[in-house]
Amino acid sequence: MILDHGAPIYEDLFGISWLDFNLSNVMMVLVSSLIVLIIAIIGSRKLQRKPSGFQNFMEWIVDFVRGMVSSTMDWKTGKQFLPLGLTLLFYIFIGNLLGIMFMVVYDGDLWWKSPTADPSITLTLAVMVVALTHYYGIKLKGGKGYVKDFFTPVPLLFPLKIIEEFANTLTLGMRLYGNMFAGEVLLTLLIGLMASGTLGFVGGIVPTIAWQGFKLFIAAIQAFIFVMLTMVYMSHKVSDDH
Amino acid sequence: MLDQALIIGAANGLLFGDMIIQLITFIILLALITKFAWKPLMNVMQEREQHIASEIDQAEQSNQEAKRLMNEANDELKNTRQNAQQIIDDANETAKNQQADLIKAAKEEAARIKENARLEIEQERDKAIQALQTQVGSLSVQIASKVIEKELSETEQEKLINDYLEKVGEDNE
Repeated sequence: MILDHGAPIYEDLFGISWLDFNLSNVMMVLVSSLIVLIIAIIGSRKLQRKPSGFQNFMEWIVDFVRGMVSSTMDWKTGKQFLPLGLTLLFYIFIGNLLGIMFMVVYDGDLWWKSPTADPSITLTLAVMVVALTHYYGIKLKGGKGYVKDFFTPVPLLFPLKIIEEFANTLTLGMRLYGNMFAGEVLLTLLIGLMASGTLGFVGGIVPTIAWQGFKLFIAAIQAFIFVMLTMVYMSHKVSDDH
Repeated sequence: MLDQALIIGAANGLLFGDMIIQLITFIILLALITKFAWKPLMNVMQEREQHIASEIDQAEQSNQEAKRLMNEANDELKNTRQNAQQIIDDANETAKNQQADLIKAAKEEAARIKENARLEIEQERDKAIQALQTQVGSLSVQIASKVIEKELSETEQEKLINDYLEKVGEDNE
């Protein structure tokens, strides 16, 4: 059965017991990063005051993320988060897309998939984002203002605020993972159906194409949501009024 | 089937190796992409914004300058028109004055010429009358002397005739 594939796990690097790698994740992370880097660098070559072609597209994306940033916080503060938002959007979108086109199973192991369909990856991004919000909270409001935020409007809310930080991190990571993983599971099932015989192929091809189209939509929406929430959490930490 | 798939995903759990790789890769990606793509892109966009803003400012300035120049030109034109009108009026007045002077001078000249002519005529007439008087006198004497012969002396006779003729002249005048 097609779902019986495992993961290429490489355990205990350098003999450290907790340092395990899913080599498929490592590969896909590098592939996504490389694709994003290449697209971004090609897109920003030969920049002109009068833009044309690819530069228009890149500027449209920059404007799009700028809109997201300025809808959540003051643009003067938000300006420094624009590169972060852009990179996250690009990276997550490309990562999401990689699992839609095809999946490669080699020697019983699933090698080619979305890097974002793995909790390790998405939670890493979420933790990084939340850690950055704390860092910028302290940097822009000072230690006192940062701590004071936990006790406003009433000190009673302090435990809830602490829980909120963890809840934010978890939901941010798990939302992306859940969406992409569910999508890949359904796609795997549909492809399994198509591979099961002539009748299965005829019955399965339309839902497969439809689901691929829908996943494309989800890929974009999830990337957008991730960046949007990043900016919302960031604004909670760095803005004076919220 | 679905259970199996979910178990595969969950079975891996959280892998620290993957997390470290992801974190490092993302930070490197963020640094590279910011340096090579976002910064230049944002710079270009900002530069364009400034360019457009300055162009708009310049256009506004030019517009105001043009308006100012137009007003100036209009004022100038108005002044010039007034000047021209003034000049024309002056010329008209001068011409009228001259005309009047000329007519006056011509009339005076004509009057003078007429007066002269009249005086001349009068003089001529007087001369003619005098000449006629002398001739008529001597003729009368000759005729009378021929007619009356020796009755009167020549001086008495002439005196008599002159008196007579003067009377006739006064009556004629």
